[in-house]
Amino acid sequence: MNLALRDVRRNKLRFALTTLGIGMLIGVVIAMAGIYEGALTDALRLPRALDADLWVVQPRTFGPFAEPSRIPRDTRELIRRMPGVAAAGAVTFQTVQATAGRRPVRLFLEGYEIGRPGGPANLIAGHGLTESHYQIIADASSGLKVGETVPLGPYRDPFEVVGLTHGMVNSGGDPMAWVTLLDAQALQFAVPPALERREQASGRNRPTTTDINAVLVRLSPRAAPAAVAANIARWKHLAAVPEVEEERYLTAFVIQKMQAQLGMFMGILVAVSAVIITLIIYTLTMDKLRSIATLKFIGAPDRVIVAMIVQQALALGLSGFAIGLALIEKVKGGFPRRVQIEPRDLLVILAMIVVVCLAGSVLGVRAAIKVNPAEALAGG
Amino acid sequence: MDSPASPDRLPRVELAAISKHFGQGDTRVDALVDVALTVRAGEVVGLRGPSGCGKSTLLNVIGCVTEPSSGWMRLDGEPVYDGRFLRRDLRRLRLTRIGFIFQTHNLLPFLNATENIAAAMELAGMGHAEARERARALLAYFDMRQMRAYPSELSGGMAQRVAIARAIANEPHIILADEPTAPLDSAHAQGVMNLLERIAREQEAAVLVVTHDESIFHRFDRLISMHDGRIEAEEVPTHPVPAA
Ligand SMILES: Nc1ncnc2c1ncn2[C@@H]1O[C@H](COP(=O)(O)OP(=O)(O)O)[C@@H](O)[C@H]1O
Ligand SMILES: [Mg+2]
Repeated sequence: MNLALRDVRRNKLRFALTTLGIGMLIGVVIAMAGIYEGALTDALRLPRALDADLWVVQPRTFGPFAEPSRIPRDTRELIRRMPGVAAAGAVTFQTVQATAGRRPVRLFLEGYEIGRPGGPANLIAGHGLTESHYQIIADASSGLKVGETVPLGPYRDPFEVVGLTHGMVNSGGDPMAWVTLLDAQALQFAVPPALERREQASGRNRPTTTDINAVLVRLSPRAAPAAVAANIARWKHLAAVPEVEEERYLTAFVIQKMQAQLGMFMGILVAVSAVIITLIIYTLTMDKLRSIATLKFIGAPDRVIVAMIVQQALALGLSGFAIGLALIEKVKGGFPRRVQIEPRDLLVILAMIVVVCLAGSVLGVRAAIKVNPAEALAGG
Repeated sequence: MDSPASPDRLPRVELAAISKHFGQGDTRVDALVDVALTVRAGEVVGLRGPSGCGKSTLLNVIGCVTEPSSGWMRLDGEPVYDGRFLRRDLRRLRLTRIGFIFQTHNLLPFLNATENIAAAMELAGMGHAEARERARALLAYFDMRQMRAYPSELSGGMAQRVAIARAIANEPHIILADEPTAPLDSAHAQGVMNLLERIAREQEAAVLVVTHDESIFHRFDRLISMHDGRIEAEEVPTHPVPAA
C-alpha cells in the first residue's frame, strides 16, 4: 500500500490546488526557456531563409545583422564576376515604423534586387515583387493584409502589400518586410521636405543613395568558401563572412544578453520554487506528524516514512511539471514573440525539479526522523 | 483450565528493577522506580494510579518506545533490555510482537478502516491482497461493517474497534493499551474490554491496560496500583454483584 498516494487521494483538493500553484511556477520557468529558444530561432531565421554562403560586408564589422555595415553598391557587380560565385545580391536592412490599419507596427525592412538572392522565401499569400517601386511583402505577424496600402517614409509613399510570409522576424522580434533595393535606399536616405531645403541652402552634400549594407553571395557547387572569401578580402574595403560565422555573431552578441537576462530570471524562479516546494513539503510533513509518530510507534521503519515524504514531494513536482507544461502549451500562442519548447530544455527543467523536490524533502524528512513517538502521542 | 495468572503459563512480559528518570539535577523526574512486573499469556492486567505516576512511561518502556534508565526486561521470552537494549531492530520487535492501543485511536486519517489494519500487516511483510482480506476478516470478527469508512467518519467506539483490530493484526503476544476506554461511554467501554479479553484468551496474549475507569476494574485478572513511579499494590478485583 502506498501511503503517499493514499494521502494524496484523501486530500485531493488540497493537493490539486498545491500542484496547480507549483505548476504555474514551473510553467513560467518553461516559458522562460521557450522565450529564449524562440528568440534564438527568430534571430537565425532570417539569415537561414536568405540562404547565403558568404556575406560581403564592410571590414571589421560583424555583418549586416549584428552590426551596421556599409559598402558601395557596385560591390555586387564586382563580386558577381569573381570565380566560384554563382549569384550575388545587394541588400539593405533598416527598421521602419508603419501603420497596419490604425495600429502602429515596426517592420525590419530589407531591400533587395528582384531576380537576385535576398528575397523572401515561401510566401503564404500573394506574390513576389513585380514592380520596381511601391510594392511591399510583409510577414503576416505584422497584421498587414494583401492589398492593403502602407504609407512609408517622410513623404508617406503608399506601398501596396502584394505578398505575405510566415514566421519571419528579426532578432528583436520585429516582423520582416521586403521592398526593392531602390525603394529601400530612397526610404533610408530621404529626409522631410523642409530639411531637404535647409540642407540644400547650406550647400551640404546629401548622403549618397547608392550605398548598400551587404552583398549576399551564393557559391557554385564546386567552389571553396574559404578561397572565395580570401579572394574578396583582398579588396581592402570588403570582408567576406561565411554564413556559419554570421550565425555565430548573432547568437554570441545579439542573443547573449537575452540569454543572460533570462538565465538570471530563471535562476531566481528556480530559487523561489525551491523555497516554496520546501515549505510545502515541510508543512505537509508537519501536518502528518501525528501519523508519522503513530507509524513509528507501531513499528514502521524510517524507510517507509521517508518514502512517504519523498514520494509526495516528487509527485508534487512531477504533476506540477505536467500542469506547467500543459498551461504553457495552451497559452504560448498568445505571447507576442515566439515561445519554442525544446525537449532538451524540458529534460533539464525536469531534472532541476527532481533535484529541488529531493532537496526540499530534506527538511521534512529531518523533522519526521527526529520526532519521538512517545512524546508526540503523549497526552491522548 | 488453569487461571490466567497461573505460573504454568508462559510469561510474556517480565520486568525486574526497571527505573526510568527524565532530565538531570533539579529537573530530574523519576517516572519509574524499581518496577518488577510479570504478565503471562492470556492475562488481562489493569494498571491504575494518579495522573503522572508513570503508567504511560511503563507501557512505553515495555513497548521499547522509551529506553529505561536501568533494570532488566524480557519480552516474549527474549531478553530485550539489560542496562541497554539488546537488539537493534526494536521497531521490528514492536511491529510483530506488540500491539498498541491508544487513548485516541491514532488511526492514520488518510486510510480507511480496512487499510489502517492492512497497513500494519503490510509493514510486517504480508502481501497486499492477503493483508486486505485479513483486515476485512478482523473487522467482521469485531462486528464492524463500515469497512471503507475513514477515521473521521467513524464514532469514537467504532474507531477504537478499528484501532484494536490494527493492534492485533500481526497476532502480537503482548498488547499494551493506554486508557483505551477513556473517550467511550460505559457500554462501549465494556465492549472494548470484551474484545481485549477475547484476544487474551484466544491468542494467548498478555494484555496490559492502563485505566482510570472504575466501571471496568472488575474485568481484570489483576489490578495493579502505581504511585510516584512505584508499584504499590496488586489485587484481584472482585466482581460486582449484578443488579437483580
Ligand atoms: N518525555 C518526557 N520527558 C520528561 N518527563 C516526562 C516525559 N514523559 C513523562 N514524563 C514525566 O514522567 C512522569 C510520569 O509520566 P506518565 O508516565 O505520562 O504518567 P501517567 O501516564 O501515569 O499519567 C510525569 O511526571 C511526567 O511529567
Ligand atoms: Mg498517561
